[in-house]
Amino acid sequence: MTLPAGTDAVRQSLASFRHEREADWKAFEALLARVENRAPRTLSEDELLSLPLLYRSALSSLSVARATSLDSALIAYLEALSLRGYFYLYGARRSLRQRVGDFFLRDWPAAIRDLWRETWVSVGLTVIGAIAGYWLVASDKRWYDAIIAPSLAGGRNPDSSAEVLRSVLYDGGSSHFLSGFAAYLFTHNTQVAILAFALGFVFAVPSVLIILMNGCMLGALFQVYAAKGLGLELGGWLSIHGTTELFAIALAGAAGMRIGTRIAFPGELTRMAAAAQAGRVAATVMVGVMMMLLFAGLLEGIGRQTITSDAARYAIGGGMLALWIAYFYLFRMVRHGNG
Amino acid sequence: MATARNPAELIRPLITPEGVDLRVKLADAGTRASAFLLDVVIIVAAAIAVTLVVIFGLGGLGVKEAEPLFIVWIIFIFLLRNVYFIAFEAGRRAATPGKRIVGVRVASRSGAGLTIDQVIARNLMREIEVFLPLSIIAARGGAGVADTLSTVFGLVWALLFSLFLLFNRDRLRIGDLLAGTWVVETPKFKLVEDLSQRKDPVDKRFHFSPEQLDAYGIAELHKLEEVLRRDDYSAMKAVAEIIGRKIGAKVEPFDSKAFLTAYYGDLRAHLERKLLLGNRKADKHAR
Repeated sequence: MTLPAGTDAVRQSLASFRHEREADWKAFEALLARVENRAPRTLSEDELLSLPLLYRSALSSLSVARATSLDSALIAYLEALSLRGYFYLYGARRSLRQRVGDFFLRDWPAAIRDLWRETWVSVGLTVIGAIAGYWLVASDKRWYDAIIAPSLAGGRNPDSSAEVLRSVLYDGGSSHFLSGFAAYLFTHNTQVAILAFALGFVFAVPSVLIILMNGCMLGALFQVYAAKGLGLELGGWLSIHGTTELFAIALAGAAGMRIGTRIAFPGELTRMAAAAQAGRVAATVMVGVMMMLLFAGLLEGIGRQTITSDAARYAIGGGMLALWIAYFYLFRMVRHGNG
Repeated sequence: MATARNPAELIRPLITPEGVDLRVKLADAGTRASAFLLDVVIIVAAAIAVTLVVIFGLGGLGVKEAEPLFIVWIIFIFLLRNVYFIAFEAGRRAATPGKRIVGVRVASRSGAGLTIDQVIARNLMREIEVFLPLSIIAARGGAGVADTLSTVFGLVWALLFSLFLLFNRDRLRIGDLLAGTWVVETPKFKLVEDLSQRKDPVDKRFHFSPEQLDAYGIAELHKLEEVLRRDDYSAMKAVAEIIGRKIGAKVEPFDSKAFLTAYYGDLRAHLERKLLLGNRKADKHAR
């Protein structure tokens, strides 16, 4: 025997290390395979309690194996097993229902309140855009075609007669085409909103432009109607869903601006960390924006052509706006009051 | 451009609260692309299937009756694309079916649990990275107003954003950047036999002196393990010849496997003994 003494003993002890722990690893693997496929409540209480114990045992085996064993297949196995366990145990800790509930009660309004400054800027830009659009079309009606794409204008332009314009506002209770148009507008507005949000990372410049442009379109359309003395009526027609929709688009722009400004001025964080932080707040706002837009699409598809009284239209539009503002900005105080 | 020639470049530390470094491996660009393409195939297949069912199922209906369903269809297609990624990545596996097939998942860069707003952020950005320019091109093409310039612009846009992950160390999309996430590999290994415990009646014939065992280090041991596990006759013959020449042992070709198994067992025990004594001999050049 020419080998140094103890070589066989090392081999034996490492073999018994694996032999003793192997059952735990196998049990952990089987348990993980089950919980990854089905809900945790299908486990018995004992199994649920054993999960973190088995995880820690796998981690400790990994540490021992790394320090003493040179079997790379074994170490790879333990690393993969521990990683799976880590992601499961430290991953999503709450059920999807709780997370959805939390989103509506807390996360969404909080994220929107967090963006209050950007929201004001965004609303301000929409107003400025609307005034500019109104003024441009009033000074030269050729601006209208430049501002509103013909496919969106739906036959409304400065040369339309008052009757045609009025018919768009009040007719169509029987027309099915318009409900399809509402769905199209929903997807269109959602894309405008996504664009305003997602392009924000270029230092917020595109977001600002998109919000301005959106305001311009509003102002241009308004001028066409106001010139024919239909301004009040158009306001009603727009406001039934427009308060929700415009608010949503303004919020999307605010979300984009938040990302852009945080990347430009990260403060004490690194640029990457600041972007990640702003991105998460903005994304929460954006999911809410999607839902607002869906809601606006429903209001538009159902309400706009069937409710033809101006007063009712203004009431619904104003009511919706009040509802959103109360939900986002006032709800917090009520909850604080209740403790 | 950072290419991943060296796999170690993609390994990042992940320290668990228990203090163990799990060393996650980031998914490389090719894996990401194939996962994404699989997802696109699934989404398109689902959209076509639903459309066909709707068309055949409602063949009897007139245009007027079918109109409300048309709205539902438009919204469905939109939601399919947007919800698919978010719903799957917010689930327990944090991976879409495409990612699951290629064996990767989304994880938080901070090491904490992945939250739903991170998943939303990274997937909303995908809309602008890929889907938006392509759908604009498609829409313009459909309306017959697509000119070369805007098509090229759209394609360059989509390409630039899709290739963004090649230009940074951590393989981040813009969406990953904003959400604070990355995509890591979740390999699944089976527990395989310990080669040093393999009992081969022939390998009792082989005995190695300490000098012969000092010829190699841990890196070579792992290569040898790979060769043995692959169990390819010609590879083992070649390796046995090289080792035999280096340590001065005569090996018959038909004995290659037995010789390598015996040498692996003894070399590993030798190196593990050194390891216990505090000497990690990294490769054959180390002392």
